[in-house]
Amino acid sequence: MTEQELVDYFKAQMLKDPDMASAVAAIRTLLEFLKRDQGETILGLRESLTAATDCLTGVDSSVAVSSGGELFLRFISLTSLEHQDLSRCKKVMEERGELFLEKISMSRAKVAKLCHTFIKDGAKILTHSYSRVVLRVLEKAAAEKKRFTVYVTESQPDAAGLQMAEELRKLDVPVTVVLDAAVGYVLEKVDLVIVGAEGVVESGGIINKIGTYQMALCSKAHNKPFYVVAESFKFVRLYPLNQQDVPDKFKYKADTLKSVQNLSEEHPRIDYTPPSLITLLFTDLGVLTPSAVSDELIKLYL
Amino acid sequence: MADSEVTDQSGPKDGIERAKNEGKELTKEEKQRLRKEKKQQKKGKEKKDDKAPKESQKEKPPAAAAQPSTQPSTQPSTQAPSQKVCSAVPAPAVAAAAAETTAAKEKPTKSKAELKAERRARQEADRASKQGKKGDGAQAAPAKSKAAPSELQPVVKRLPEHIQVDNPDVLKKLAKKLERQQTPENIADKKIPLRSDYGYKVSLFSHLHQYSRKAPLTQQLSIPSSVIHPAIVRLGLQYSQGIVAGSNARSVALLHAFKQVIRDYTTPPNEELSRDLVNKLKPYISFLNQCRPLSASMGNAIKYIKKEISNIPNQCKDKEAKNKLLNCIDCYINEKIVLAAKAIAKYAIEKISDGDVILVYGCSSLVNNILCEAFEKNRKFRVIVVDSRPRLEGREALRRLVQRGIRCTYVLISAVSYILPEVSKVFLGAHALLANGYVMSRVGTSQIALVAKAFNVPVLVCCETYKFCERVQTDSFVSNELDDPDDLIVTRKGKTQLENWQDVELLGLLNLVYDVTPPDFVDLVITDLGMIPCTSVPVVLRVKNVDM
Repeated sequence: MTEQELVDYFKAQMLKDPDMASAVAAIRTLLEFLKRDQGETILGLRESLTAATDCLTGVDSSVAVSSGGELFLRFISLTSLEHQDLSRCKKVMEERGELFLEKISMSRAKVAKLCHTFIKDGAKILTHSYSRVVLRVLEKAAAEKKRFTVYVTESQPDAAGLQMAEELRKLDVPVTVVLDAAVGYVLEKVDLVIVGAEGVVESGGIINKIGTYQMALCSKAHNKPFYVVAESFKFVRLYPLNQQDVPDKFKYKADTLKSVQNLSEEHPRIDYTPPSLITLLFTDLGVLTPSAVSDELIKLYL
Repeated sequence: MADSEVTDQSGPKDGIERAKNEGKELTKEEKQRLRKEKKQQKKGKEKKDDKAPKESQKEKPPAAAAQPSTQPSTQPSTQAPSQKVCSAVPAPAVAAAAAETTAAKEKPTKSKAELKAERRARQEADRASKQGKKGDGAQAAPAKSKAAPSELQPVVKRLPEHIQVDNPDVLKKLAKKLERQQTPENIADKKIPLRSDYGYKVSLFSHLHQYSRKAPLTQQLSIPSSVIHPAIVRLGLQYSQGIVAGSNARSVALLHAFKQVIRDYTTPPNEELSRDLVNKLKPYISFLNQCRPLSASMGNAIKYIKKEISNIPNQCKDKEAKNKLLNCIDCYINEKIVLAAKAIAKYAIEKISDGDVILVYGCSSLVNNILCEAFEKNRKFRVIVVDSRPRLEGREALRRLVQRGIRCTYVLISAVSYILPEVSKVFLGAHALLANGYVMSRVGTSQIALVAKAFNVPVLVCCETYKFCERVQTDSFVSNELDDPDDLIVTRKGKTQLENWQDVELLGLLNLVYDVTPPDFVDLVITDLGMIPCTSVPVVLRVKNVDM
């Protein structure tokens, strides 16, 4: 499967199901790649899978794509591959891949089930930008006949918050769009803050759309709980110490990275929220405190 | 008969019975004590060869019982003295027991199984008789047990004896124990001397030892007929004079000295290498502990060696066994120290970017290694070395870094808040990482971490996994080391102000060596397993124990 075919397949998957996380689409692509691969050795297979993941990050530079790819590779090779026949090994890996895909497609439902109980009747929720996981959670809470209002930040530069507001209106949830600069203003009215995450790092902090760090700082100052909802395939083996420490390849969109010479002129797309500002993380592995994320990561990766 | 003897025994027995009645599980210490008391009862009646098999069994529990890593040998031996309430015969030390085990091997009269059955029957009888007795009774609690209200605390915890220096009974027991750690021939002058404390101790730290460097332990040793191997004597002297200092250096020196001991060792006839060598090492470890308290890394190394020695199969020949042990030690040094340093340097270099200003404190071999490696990989950074009295270790670090060509600045710790706005990262070494995530390091480290946190500067601690210790500590008072107070005396312009500090009644000089830093001040710990947050130390310990 050539690079171009890979990219096309990936884009097709994204178009087919816009509700699906980009990481899931990437993993589907990698599975397809595995099935069509003509390699002769397991090591060669692994290398070509890593190359494919890099290629996909070139298309969509979010953290989740690279973490999802790495976890996929780990999961399928975490079995005994002592069979004589290469095709049998590949079969085993393909089965594991299908299993992995199945597990992660259930993950959003699991997260929603865990989180909706934290939304009390009459709650006022603040959220940031457009997150499909948060949407799922709010859907579940609405289905449980809870009454709540939502404040969404506009989230420039792509105004994704407006899309979130649209989706919420379809669920008959009263929603207000606020300016990014109005977060401090509106925080005294809200009861809790729920955001999604593009990536969860080893320290227990998160990488998310720019503006999340500000929101976390303000909610800490107001003593409001700050919840993060994320699936487990977003756990990544990064450990940023501060904003500057996040690698450039995640901060900007993939095409910006390729075209622009001087990155200091560009606006970063994401920021890092340290674990001290996060109250709880809701994942399909359970409800975790930020310090427990490292334990889970050790289990997943080591 | 058995019952009446039991009723003469002091309180601890009641405590154990109560524990049984209340259905609580006996700790290992309780079980050991129980066994020893049973043995005591029989001592008056039974023959000597009956005692021997039981003592060989008693040897195993002390070896197997979970010990705090810093006190591997003192606890079981010091429990033995607390039982010698009524008996006239001194409790045979584990070393002496070896002789009796030999005797037992030569003429076994009763088999072990029969003796066990007898003992079990007696225990049942005791339990039945004590069933109704809920005596609170005069609990003549042993000097080391903590809580007096025994109704609340049937399970008695013991404090490690190295932090009970202000308790005279504990000191007496330590002296007796050192006396007993001698050759099987029981010659009186071949004992390990007890080092005495020096000078007035500040009351908050009076539970710790404070020795003077001018009175090394070796002056009290008799030459040449000392029970201690000369390599160990040399090592002890190097420790107490501060010639070998620094966590890694001390562990490596210890392991090399043990290698020499193993090379010179020959198994006595009718002995097993796996048991006898461990017993030979015990007096050495006590001696080294007296010269300078053992560090956490040394404790872990000793645990490893003891485990390796006791895992030597019996049919292994002397030469083979010794080669195997020497290999094990070399492997340990290579893996846990040398290769770990390389792995840590690899991870740490990712965190050093061009234009960084890095602050280091004191002289950590690991941090110096990292900085030198990063410099070789052409990272552009400069270093600020912070130093403090009385050790002034920063000068050594400064010397090493400048030799490599790294740009350095040197300040004293009092200027740290002045210089921190310039700093982008802080790299600290560690003496040990405790199980609750606290970092034990040279005194002054927690201060630097605190100020760095206030300035929002990331603090990175570098530590190999062999320094992870299962102890838990939340403050620097409970367990620490007091260095020679005379080190604080300084002569400037011909005047020595504190020269006669001992004459001033109300004056005390405090020279602390370590302090603990809470995990909130540490952003990242770099270990050979990777980069982990400070709170994940127990997970690593768990994983490691599974491996071992």
